[in-house]
Amino acid sequence: MNLGVNSMSVTTSSASWKSDAVSDQFPAGLRVLVVDDDPTCLRILEKMLRNCRYEVTTCGRAEVALKLLRDNKDGFDVVISDVHMPDMDGFKLLERVGLEMDLPVIMMSADDSKSVVMKGVTHGACDYLIKPVRMEALKNIWQHVVRKKKNEWKEKDAEQSGSVEEGDRQQKPTDDADYSSSANEGNWRNSRKRKEEEDDGDDKDDSSTLKKPRVVWSVELHQQFVTAVNQLGIDKAVPKKILELMNVPGLTRENVASHLQKYRLYLRRLSGQPQNGLGNSFLGPQDSGFGSISSLNGLDLQAYASSGQIPAQSLASIQAAALGRVTNKSGIVDQRNIFSFDNPNMRFLDGQQHHSNGKQVNLLHGIPTNMDSKQLAALHQSGQPFGNTLMNVHSQSGQSNSLLTQMVQPQSRTQMLNEVGGNPVLNFPSSVGQPGLSQAIPGSVFSRYGMDNNNVRPLTYTSLSQPTSVVEFSRSQGMELSGNSIPLTSNSGIPSYTSKGTTLQEEVNSEIKGSRGFLPNFDAFNELSQNRTDTWDLQNVGSTFETPQHSNIQSRLDVAPSVLVQPAFTSDHRNGHIRTTSVNKAAFSAATSLGNGTNFGQQLTPSHADSALRIKTERLPDMGFQNSLFPDQLGQDDLMSTLLKQQQDGLAPVENEFGFDEYQLDNLPV
Amino acid sequence: MERQAAYLRNALFDQGYLDEQFLQLEDLQDQANPHFVEEVVKLFYTDSVRLIQSIELTLKNTPRDFEKLDKIMHQFKGSTTSIGAKKVKKECTQFQEYCNVGNVEGCIREFQEVKQEHAALKRKLENYFQVFHVVHLAREAR
Repeated sequence: MNLGVNSMSVTTSSASWKSDAVSDQFPAGLRVLVVDDDPTCLRILEKMLRNCRYEVTTCGRAEVALKLLRDNKDGFDVVISDVHMPDMDGFKLLERVGLEMDLPVIMMSADDSKSVVMKGVTHGACDYLIKPVRMEALKNIWQHVVRKKKNEWKEKDAEQSGSVEEGDRQQKPTDDADYSSSANEGNWRNSRKRKEEEDDGDDKDDSSTLKKPRVVWSVELHQQFVTAVNQLGIDKAVPKKILELMNVPGLTRENVASHLQKYRLYLRRLSGQPQNGLGNSFLGPQDSGFGSISSLNGLDLQAYASSGQIPAQSLASIQAAALGRVTNKSGIVDQRNIFSFDNPNMRFLDGQQHHSNGKQVNLLHGIPTNMDSKQLAALHQSGQPFGNTLMNVHSQSGQSNSLLTQMVQPQSRTQMLNEVGGNPVLNFPSSVGQPGLSQAIPGSVFSRYGMDNNNVRPLTYTSLSQPTSVVEFSRSQGMELSGNSIPLTSNSGIPSYTSKGTTLQEEVNSEIKGSRGFLPNFDAFNELSQNRTDTWDLQNVGSTFETPQHSNIQSRLDVAPSVLVQPAFTSDHRNGHIRTTSVNKAAFSAATSLGNGTNFGQQLTPSHADSALRIKTERLPDMGFQNSLFPDQLGQDDLMSTLLKQQQDGLAPVENEFGFDEYQLDNLPV
Repeated sequence: MERQAAYLRNALFDQGYLDEQFLQLEDLQDQANPHFVEEVVKLFYTDSVRLIQSIELTLKNTPRDFEKLDKIMHQFKGSTTSIGAKKVKKECTQFQEYCNVGNVEGCIREFQEVKQEHAALKRKLENYFQVFHVVHLAREAR
C-alpha cells in the first residue's frame, strides 16, 4: 500500500491531535444505546453507564432502538442489548445493527448457558455480559468501539487501495491516523482527524478527508458490482466470482464481500418492507441498502450541491447516509468524485430507474441553473440522479465535504431554494429512504460537516448530524409533496411539511440566520470538543443542510438542525460530554415540546413515551440552552402535528427513516 | 435513627435477603441521586407485579406450558437478580427447575414461595427506606 508516506504525516498530525481534549476525555462521552425490556435493569444500567461518564440512551423495545439507530446514523458508538426481549429477539437486533449500522453490539443476559453465549458470538456480538451486570464490566465497553473502528479503518484502507476513487489518497492517511491513535480517534471519526490530515496536506480536497477510508463504491463500481451479481445470480454470487467478473484492479475480495453483505441486507430490507413511496422501486435490486441509497442521496446532494446550495451539504449527508456509517464524519468524502461521476452516475441511475417518481427526474430538471451545467446535465440524464449520487457518496464519503463545500460556496443558495418543486433530493430520499438511505444519509452527512468546519461553515449550522440527514429526506420528501406529494407518503411527516413549506421557509430563513450564529460556536466547538465529534458533526451537518435547503426542506431542516446544533453547543460548552445525548434529547425535547410534530416525536411519544420522555426529562436540565430554542419552533407545531398524523398513518419503514428526520428537524430550534 | 437504618440494612444482608448486587446499587447512589436504590426497588416492584400476574394466569389456564412459564420466570428472575433480591432469586431458580422437569404441582407450590419471598422482601425494604428517609432528611438538615 502506498500508505506509508501518508501515514507518517498523518500519524504525526494525529498524534498532535491526540493531545487534544478529546483524547483526554475518552472514553467519556461514549454514546451508548441500551436496550432492555426490563425497566429495572434498564435503570440500573443507565445509572452505571452515566457514572462511567458515558452518554446513555435507553430503550425498552428493540423496534424503537432500531428506529433510533436508523434515525441517528451517527449518533451512537455502541449498543448494549438484552438477549430475551418480547418484541424482538436480541440476536435479531444484533444482526440488524451489525448489518445496517455496523456498530459494536454487546449482548447481555441472566442466561449464561454456553449455547446462548455461543449464539452471541456467532451472531457477531462484540461481547456478552452476564446479568446482573457490574459496573466494572461496563467501564470497559469502550474497547469494543475502538477495536471496531480500528478494524474498519484497516478494512477501509484495504478497500481504498482497490478503489478507483480519488479519495483513496485521502482516505489512506485517515487510516493511518486511525491506527496510530486508535484509542483517541477510534471514537471520533470526526473532523478533528480530518483537520489533522488536512493540515498535513494529505487531503486533496479542501474538506477534511474521510475518517475512515472505506472503499469508495462509486456509481460505476457499484454498477459493475450489481451487474456481476446479477450475472451470477444473487444466490450464487460469491465475492470471489464477483471480483473476477468485475475485474477492477486493486479491488480486494474483502471489499466485495463486505459490499455484498450490505447489498444483500439492502435487498432483504427491500423485499421485507412495504413500499415507502418511492423507495423500493427506485433503488431497485441493485444497490444494497447502503450503496444505492447513498448514490441516490449523493445525486440529490449533488444536484443540490451543484446548485450551490445545500446540495453540497445534502450530498455530503446523503453520501454520509449512504455510507451508512457514522464514522465518516469526514463529511463528504469525494464530493469531487461525485460530481465527476455525474455522467457515469447518470448512467448508473438510468439503469436504476426504478423509482417510481418521475419526480426525481423533475427534480433534477428543476434544479436551479446554478448547478454546474455538467452536474445538472448529469442529473438530468438519469431520472435517478440519486442513484448515482449515492454511489458516489458511498465511495466518496470522505471527500464529499470538500466537494460540497466547493459546490456550495460558489452557488447561490437562493437558486436552490427556488428549486423547491423539483427537488431531486426530495424524490431522492423517498426512494432512497426505503433501502435505508435515510439512515445512511444522516450519518454521513453529519459526519461530513462536522469534520470540515472550514468548508462547511455555511452549511454547518444547517446540518445537524442526524437531523440533517433527516432533513434531507424530509425536505426531499416535503418537496416532493409539494411537487408531487408522492415520496412523502412514506415519510408521512414530510408531506405535511411540504404544504407548509412556504411558511416553513420563512421560518427557516429566520432560523437559518439563527443557525448562522451558531457557526462560530461550531468552530469553537470543533476545536474544543472532541468528545462528540460525531455528534457535533452531525449537528453541523444538520444545520448546514437546513439553511441552504429549499424552503420546505429548510424550514424543516432548520428546525431540526438548530435544535440539534444548539443542544450540542450547549452541552459541549457545559459538559463537553453530553453531546449526543443532548442532541437526542434536544430532538426529543423539541419533538415533545413541539407537540411531537415530527415523526420522531410521534414514535417516541406514543410508543416509547417512557424512554423518550425519560430521555427528555433527564436531558432537559442539561439543555437549558436548548429550551430557549424551542420557542423558535413553535411555529412548526402545526406542521409537526400534521407530520405526526401522517406518520401515524403508518408509513412504517419509510417513516422510520424519514419520519425521524422530520422530527429532528422540527426539534431544531434553529 | 441512623443506627437503626444501618441495623436494618445489615440485617437484610445477614439474613440473606440481599446480596452484593444490592451493594452495586448503593454504590450508584450519590448526591445527585440520593434515593436511587429506593427508586430502583420501586421500579422493580411495580414491574414485577405484571410478571407475577402473568405467571399466575398461565398456571391457572395452561399450567403445563412450561416453556412459557420458564420464559416469564426468566424475566422475573432477571429483575430480581438486578436488585440483589437473593431469596426471591433462589425461589425463582427452584421454580424454573420444576418447569424443566415438568412438575406442575411443584411449579404451583414453588410459585407460592416466590410470591411470599417477594412480598416479605418488599415489606422489609419499605421499612428500611422509611428509616433511611428520616436519616437522610436529618443529614440534609444539618
